[in-house]
Amino acid sequence: MATVRIPTPLRKLTQGAEEVSASGKNVGELIADLEKHYPGIKERICDEAGAVRRFVNIFVKDEDIRFLQNLDTPLKDSDEVSIVPAIAGG
Amino acid sequence: MLSPEPNRASFVSSLRCRECQRDYPKEALHVCEFCFGPLEVAYDYPAIARALSREAIARRAPNLWRYRELLPLDAPPTVGLDAGFTPLVRARRLGEALGHRELYVKNDAVCHPTLSFKDRVVSVALSKARELGFTTVACASTGNLANSTAANAAQAGLGCYVLIPHDLEAGKVLGTTIYGARVIGIRGTYDDVNRLCSEIAGRRPWAFVNVNLRPYYAEGSKSYGFEIQEQLGWRTPAHVVVPMASGSLLTKIGKSIEEFTKLGFVEAKGRTKLHGAQAAGCGPIAEAVLAGRDAIRPVKKPETIAKSLAIGNPADGPYAAQAIRASGGTAAQISDEEIVEAIELLASTEGIFTETAGGVTIGAARRLIASGAIPADEPTVLCVTGQGLKTQEPLAARAPTLPIIAPRIEEFEALIS
Repeated sequence: MATVRIPTPLRKLTQGAEEVSASGKNVGELIADLEKHYPGIKERICDEAGAVRRFVNIFVKDEDIRFLQNLDTPLKDSDEVSIVPAIAGG
Repeated sequence: MLSPEPNRASFVSSLRCRECQRDYPKEALHVCEFCFGPLEVAYDYPAIARALSREAIARRAPNLWRYRELLPLDAPPTVGLDAGFTPLVRARRLGEALGHRELYVKNDAVCHPTLSFKDRVVSVALSKARELGFTTVACASTGNLANSTAANAAQAGLGCYVLIPHDLEAGKVLGTTIYGARVIGIRGTYDDVNRLCSEIAGRRPWAFVNVNLRPYYAEGSKSYGFEIQEQLGWRTPAHVVVPMASGSLLTKIGKSIEEFTKLGFVEAKGRTKLHGAQAAGCGPIAEAVLAGRDAIRPVKKPETIAKSLAIGNPADGPYAAQAIRASGGTAAQISDEEIVEAIELLASTEGIFTETAGGVTIGAARRLIASGAIPADEPTVLCVTGQGLKTQEPLAARAPTLPIIAPRIEEFEALIS
């Protein structure tokens, strides 16, 4: 199971948990697994076409998945995944 | 100081998601829970139109709070009371050098108290932080914001944490630590710092000026645009050249023009063209504009001497690209050599020493005037947003060796003749 850090706007769906565990061979599967345990979370992270929303950043081991293989980015059990709002800074 | 007239009820109606238009209460919130879109401050413009006039503004003290009805506070400001109202300089000699007949420099290199436009946004953010009851403020910064947050927090007696990339210019680091802030260098890019701050903001009860207070903070930039219009004699320029990091300043200058136009404070004589300036080594917004798309391709490893613009994944990138295109403006990407030349040109023609970001603006203006994108006779404002003394490193190699002589008239004459 990978560890997933949940941002404030999604914590109502995780009953307040800042970190949860989820499994999947890649980020897409991980999001599907999150949806099983926290219904509604997928539509917050992904748009109707299933792509990661424009204002959501997902990091695997501190690397933005846009620089990796997006939803196909492979995961190992020990990986840390962070979901972070893109709007910040400047 | 502020005039003593009482502040009326707030003109802010809510925070509103820019993407899905959902309304949120006026709290320390910055993204929509549903789509993660950015929250914007929504105002009651009809009420502002009844309460505010050009004459009322003109009677007030020369600082950014002369536009307070259009800034997002619910109570009188308490921090940064003297920030803003910097000179709009008619730049005749720079104009001659660039082949332009009506150039102006809006000079925030002399903004109070920390010599950059960030004093505007921080004044608003820290006033709001106090209004909301925070006692500790924080920021992710490329330097100027660090300086301003630390200085204003010191004056306001607020705790202050500042996170910066580890390799900033010495002037920007000292210009933060001197105020007693807790400053932490992060091994990584600004985008890494930003992500860390977003995660910290979810755990600590701090007011991160450019994270959870970002909707309020960003509104402070409008004052730069309001001043340009007032100082031009209540008219809008034909062109503005704006440096872009997150892209927020450009979108807020655009908003300032829309608001003054809507309120009837300026005559809309044709739309102001917004032109965006970025460095060649980190220009994701300019690149998108020049390629004709709104989607931003993040830059993984920014490489430019313009460190204050080195944001690889700019939060307002799509909106800035949209605003530029809608205005009929364009963008330019400037090399490090051009940045240095432009800094020297502005200094030697106008007596204004700007930082590397200002060099990006002047370099872009030079390029856009030469290409005809900015015609030589149309009123054009160049946004100089920071001070050259803070970023001396790229100029060190070009500093001349001084002649040193004895205090004797013969040696002086020998040297001069």
